[in-house]
This record gives sequence, C-alpha cells and structure tokens, in this order.
Amino acid sequence: MNTYGNRPLETAYDVVVVGGGPAGMAAALGAKKQGAERILIVDREKEAGGILLQCIHPGFGLQHFKEELTGPEYAQRFLGQVLAADIQVAKDTYVLDIDGQRRVTLMSGETGMQQVQTKAAVLAMGARERTRGAIRTPGRRPAGVLTAGLAQKFVNLMGYLPGKRAVILGSGDIGLIMARRLTLEGVEVVGVFEIMPYANGLNRNIVQCLQDFDIPLHLSTTVVDIQGRDRLEKVTVAPVDSHFVPDLTRSWDIDCDTLLLSIGLIPENELSRQLNLRLDPVTQGPVVNSRMESSQDGVFVCGNVVHIHDLVDFVSAESSLTGEYAGLYATGQQLPRDNIRLIPGENVAYCVPHTISSDREHTVYLRVRKPLEKSVLRLGEVYEKPLRYVFPAEMVNLKVRPRFLHQFHGDALKIDVLPGE
Amino acid sequence: MEVYDVAVIGGGIVGCAIARELMRYSLRVILLEKEIEVGFGVSKANSGIIHGGHHSSPDTLKGKLEWEGNQLWDALRDDLDFGFKRIGEITIALSEEQIPTLQQIKAQGEQKGVPGLELWETEQILKAEPHLSPNIVAGLYAPTTGVVNPYEACFALIDNARLNGLEISTKNPVLGLDYREDVWQINAQKGVIYSRFVINAAGLFADQIAEMAGVGNFKIYPRKGEEYLLDKRLNGYIQRVIFPCPTPVSKGILVIPTYDGTLMVGPTAEQVEDKEDLTTTAAGGQRVFEAVMQYAPGISPRDCIAEFAGLRPVADGEDFIIEPSSRPGFIQVAGIQSPGLTAAPAIALLVLEILQDSGLALIPKDDFIAKNPPVIRFASLSRTEHMTLTQEHPSYGRIVCRCEGITEGEILAAIARGAATLDGIKFRTRAGMGRCQGGFCTGRCLELLSRELGCPIPALTKRGGESWIVRAREEVLNR
Repeated sequence: MNTYGNRPLETAYDVVVVGGGPAGMAAALGAKKQGAERILIVDREKEAGGILLQCIHPGFGLQHFKEELTGPEYAQRFLGQVLAADIQVAKDTYVLDIDGQRRVTLMSGETGMQQVQTKAAVLAMGARERTRGAIRTPGRRPAGVLTAGLAQKFVNLMGYLPGKRAVILGSGDIGLIMARRLTLEGVEVVGVFEIMPYANGLNRNIVQCLQDFDIPLHLSTTVVDIQGRDRLEKVTVAPVDSHFVPDLTRSWDIDCDTLLLSIGLIPENELSRQLNLRLDPVTQGPVVNSRMESSQDGVFVCGNVVHIHDLVDFVSAESSLTGEYAGLYATGQQLPRDNIRLIPGENVAYCVPHTISSDREHTVYLRVRKPLEKSVLRLGEVYEKPLRYVFPAEMVNLKVRPRFLHQFHGDALKIDVLPGE
Repeated sequence: MEVYDVAVIGGGIVGCAIARELMRYSLRVILLEKEIEVGFGVSKANSGIIHGGHHSSPDTLKGKLEWEGNQLWDALRDDLDFGFKRIGEITIALSEEQIPTLQQIKAQGEQKGVPGLELWETEQILKAEPHLSPNIVAGLYAPTTGVVNPYEACFALIDNARLNGLEISTKNPVLGLDYREDVWQINAQKGVIYSRFVINAAGLFADQIAEMAGVGNFKIYPRKGEEYLLDKRLNGYIQRVIFPCPTPVSKGILVIPTYDGTLMVGPTAEQVEDKEDLTTTAAGGQRVFEAVMQYAPGISPRDCIAEFAGLRPVADGEDFIIEPSSRPGFIQVAGIQSPGLTAAPAIALLVLEILQDSGLALIPKDDFIAKNPPVIRFASLSRTEHMTLTQEHPSYGRIVCRCEGITEGEILAAIARGAATLDGIKFRTRAGMGRCQGGFCTGRCLELLSRELGCPIPALTKRGGESWIVRAREEVLNR
C-alpha cells in the first residue's frame, strides 16, 4: 500500500479509520490518546485531508486552534500530528468491505488487495452533495449543471473554471463560498436562489461571500427550468409560495452557462449499509450511542457520516471523542451502558447521539426544523435554557451534565425547542 | 473514386445491428453518425426492455419483428458481452374490467408462439412481487421479457463490426444525397462518400434523409417519454418489469428493474413538435409517480436520483417502415419506435434480405470474428478474481467511481474501445451513473480522457458538440 513514509501494512490493528479527512484524523489521534497502539487511517485520495484540501478559503480552526486557517492548513496541522503520533496512513487506498469479524479488505492501485484485522473500526467517510436528481428540476440535461463542490474542485485543485456566467441554486455554505471564489476568478455570478424563506448557510458566509460582492440572494425563489442542447444556455427562476409551489406567472429567464447546485449534503454510507448498521432516516447516518458506536459492536462513526456539521471544528471535537471511545474499546476498557434514549420533539429534526448515560457529561448536537427568533430548549422536565435566534442551518449544541439527571429515573427524554418570550 | 457497397446512415441500435450483420460478408461498409459517438440519440434514452413478444399484434410488421427479435438477444449477448437478462414481466389489471384485455394479449402472444404466458391471481402476484398493491386483481406473466443496457448493446455491436472491418465516421451529419450512374453520392459534412446501397436508419431524422434522397413519402413524429431512476436502495424491491393494463393509446407507466438493478419508472408518451425536445417536466414527473404509486405504493418521488427524456420516432400509421424505396439501392428503415430495440436484431436480418433481393451479393467471410473480447466489470467479479486482476493490472485496483465501484482499468479500457466523452465513459462503464451523479469521479475521468486522447481538458465534452465541461482561466478572463 502507498503509505506516508512507505511503511508496509501490518496484518492486525487496534483501530482502523476509514477516511483521512478531518474526522478520520481527529479520531485516530483520539484513539492514540486512549492507549491504542497500532492505528491505520485509510484514504482513497492521493493525499489525506479530505474535502479540506479544496477549501482554500480561510475560516477554519477558529474554535479548535483559536486562529483562522485555510482548509489545507487545517488539514496539514492534523496530518502533522497524525504522523508525529506514529499513526499509519494508507493513501490512494480503498476499503472494499468490512466484515462482521472486522476484517477490512483494502485495495490500492499500487499494490492490489490486502486484508487487515482490526479490534475497532471508525467510519469517517464524510458526505456527498445532493444532485439535480434529488430535487427533480425539470428541463434539459446540458453540460454545465454541477454541484458546487465539483466546481470548487475544478477551480481550486485542477485550475479550470466551470464557465463564464453562473447562477447558484441553494444557499448552502459551499455555494456561498463558490459565489465569492468564482467572482474573484472573473466569472460573473448572477445570483444565489434559495427555495426556503431563509438562507441555508452560515451568516458570516452570507455577509462575506455575497453582500461584500453585491451578489443578490433571492429567498423563496427556485430554478424551474433548465435549457440548452449541449451546454447550459438559460435557466428560468420563479418565486415559490409557502408550500414551495412556484408561481410561474412571475418567473424570469437568466442567460447563463453554469448552474451550481448547493442544495445540501448527504452522509456517505455505502460501507455502513454493507455492514447493515441501523440508520436514522432523518440524518441518513448511523444511529449512535453516547460513545459514537453504531448498532454494531466495535464499529464507531464520526463526522459527516453521522450527520452534517456546519464547522469542521465541530467535526474535529466530535471525532476526537469518537476516537477516544474506539481506543478504549480496542484496549478492552469497559464503559457503563447508556440508559437514556433521546427523542427529537417539538421543532427538533434530529439529535446526535441517540442515547446517553447519566454517569458523565455529553455534548448533544441537534438541528431545529424551523427558525425561531427567541426560543427555549427543553430537555424533558429536567433542564431548560433560553436560546437566541435558532435556524436549521446552525447546529445547536447542548451540554447534558450528570447533575441534570440526579432526580431523573426514566429511560427516555424528549428534546423540544419551543418559542420563548 | 472509392465506392462502398453499403453506407448505413445512423448509428443507433438499428444501424449498429445492421452494420454488424453486414460485416459477416465480404463487403465494404461505412456507418455515418451525426453525433460524436454511436447510440447517443434515441437508443441512449429508452426503457431498455426486450419485450416479451406478446404485446403487439401479429398483423403488424412491428408485432412480427418484436417476437423474432426477442429470440435473437441471447445469442447476441453470448457473442458480444453486454448486459441482457430475461427477468420476466407481469401485466397487471387493477379492475375486473381489465381482465379481458389480459386474456386478449395472452391469446395474441400464443398465436405468435410466445411460450410460458400465464394468467396469475392476486395471491400469486404478491408472492412473486410482495411490494405490489394488493388491489391488483389479476396479472399476465411472461417469462420471455428481458432488460438490456441499450447503449451497451450499441457499443458492443459497433465494437464487433469494427473488429470485422466496418468503417465508422462520427460527427458527420448527412447534408444531401444524389443518385448518379448506379451509385449514391452522399454529401456529408466531412466530405463526399460514394456507395452502391444506402440504408436510411436515421431515427428521428429518417424523414429528412428520405427527403434528401427524393423518396420522402412519410413523416417522423417525435413522441416523448420521460423516465425517472430511483435510488439503489430500492434494488430488488421489484424484480420483474411491471406493465399496467394497456389502453389503446399507450402501454402505460411501467416499473422497470434495469439490467444493473436500478429501478426506473416511466415512460410518459407525449407528442412533441421539436425533434430535440429532451426536456423533463414537472407534470410528467407527477404523472409517472402518480401512476406507479397506484400499483406499487411504496415507490415515492423522494427516491428519484436522476431523470431523462427520450423520443420515439413514430411514422405515419404507427408501424415500422422497412422496405426498398422507389429509387434503386436506397432502403428505408424508419419509424422504429417501441418495440424497436427488441426488434433490432430481426430488423437487421430483414434488411439483409432486402439488400440481397435488391442485388447485393452476400458472400460470407471466413475470417468473421463473432465474439468480442470480454469486457472486465470489476464490481461483478469475485474476491479471488479481484486479487488476480489487481496483481496483474494495478489500474483495476484504483476505484474511480465510488458509487458504482468502477475502476481506472475499466475506464481506460472504455477509452481504448472508443469512448471519447464523459457520457461515452458513463454509458460504457457506469462511472458517474450512481448516487453522486459524477460529483466525485468527473475530475478523474476528465484527466484520464485528456491523457489517453492527448486532448486538453477544456476541449473535452460531456457528449460532443458544445457540451464542454470546463474553460481555461485565460478564456474566461479574455471574454
């Protein structure tokens, strides 16, 4: 296998991490911290770092490193730590499967196939972008309709531009970042169109990527037609009503050769499906306990595989902890079982993890369904706290401390985010 | 002056099947295609069904050729190595009133000699297809129905024809035709071609080609069909092709488990004006899902990962037109709508008969190579085969398309067989056809195409013409 430092693979590991992006690297370091010795990260690209490598803009690391870094810098810091910790990284290597006994079959273009045994596995494959098919935009299928992430790869890694005049559908963060990136590259960005009545990306990206460049953001508006025989020539956009039905009488045409889609990410769970892990229909990622362990013993999951995160810093925090639990598992250290189920209640789309235990502190990540100006987060009858403005694009973190649960003897807690005074 | 024996105009499934059949004989044959690759027109966008043989009346040419063609697909697959399997079909009745229609179709099939047709009751249908609605009152089962990757079949036919000496000229639309001194002069975009015989297999444009030849006595009307592909998660959810009970105007909206296992629902049937109208519509999508959910209630528009539209070339009178024209040496093969894919191998045989009757001598070649070299499909090999293959050819150990598990080796082989575009790779290997729809593999496919064809990345296209993928920085800045 093609590894950093060209070290041949062992036949057995304490922890094998699938995916060398921010989640995988943080998990490997976490496992090391808890005493796991032999750790392998497997990445299918030519270099570890994942999608961070094409995110050449700044804004990463403010929470984790307390300074502002670009994506590649953030990745390099982690890779430096990984290699310094004597963690092996196989590049250009693909995990074909993991079986019930946690035998991992690896394949590489350089050395063919190889099987390794691991005590614990961490799945950190990240996410993929939703495509045109998922939203079923009518019209033709010319070249020039692509996801914002693919455009980012063209521009930042391959050195090409996707076109000359672009429209962006969806206000996800990658789309906002690309609106600015393309403008800086000399591509004319006509506007960003968002079907929801609110933006789907972080506020700082709306300000720094759109407002600072006078790129209009059209809320409650979507693309209703795509035209062009070979290459995209024109899109039609129209406002939508509160049920997302477009008002075609108020539509207008925009000449453009490029349509970027930034309409959300979906956890990449091919391996999880192969392993028959239980999946959450809302997150589309595995159901996890408070140790970030999936429905299968010894198989841990972290990062965008589990649910989509807003900031890489949160991915690192969650994954580092996941790695620690995987390390504990691999070194045979037992933890108390979870005794409380968390149930997404009023205005809560999902929460991760799906269960917790009353013996220690947990960070629970959740997303609301609808924006609320002022709200209150309620954890069953045991705890409540006021929240400022909440909206679906921003993940809410809830620290659940053991003292909240002193008086609680049930086995399930509902989490609600209700309108507050 | 170089004179071909036969020039085939049109590289769809029909043109490809005719060309391959002609190459069995000592003939000089050329195939002209207006698009950048064969199979990029009607043949790329259809339901991919090899019809059972019972659906159309034996009194029509298409009804006759449907059943004859059906029986030829196994041998073609065995020789040429493309995806085809007989998965069977059930035509369902949702009310008692529809049962006589099923009985009539059964009788019609039996008259043609289609074996194995059975009328099933609800219980038997649900046992075979537990995800169909219990409201179905009866069904007609046909074991002869199959599914094929239609574009793969085109590529396999043309690969074999080329192996046996076919000349092919792509990106070369025909602009005019003249008949002088017993020879046809074809004025094509890239130059003049002379041929004793001309086959008009130009699909949607067969009426225009006939017009150019001075034998334009029919019109081709495009009839659009929209199809919707569902997520891989539903693979196996339905295992046979499901037809609703047909009405006089349409075969209805079907559920089709494609050769690769992906469920597809469609097609609509809508008369359109424009022969390039490949738009999908909100109304079409709604119609498809509403119709399917009546008999397969678990299927939902949420499962859709991709959609496309195709056009059926329909001639006046609805039947195939396969006949010599009023001018010598010019043969019409037009109006090949459904079940044209099914019938294609039989159409090829019929065209050879017509050619022979028109004076073309068919002298078999002793060195005809019937079989294509096998195509390696990594995802369908066993673990042991993976081991051996990746040791011998490391490029098969490098996955390029994650969703479908397609390796670099397969992509390089596809380029070597003639793939010149992203769609050419996609339709030969499935790279880019999965859930992410090319989000991850497009960059790598472009790099491989560029390297192998010696063509800069900005000059590469999705499917020829103006379908460029990226621009060089300088080009954008100097606009």
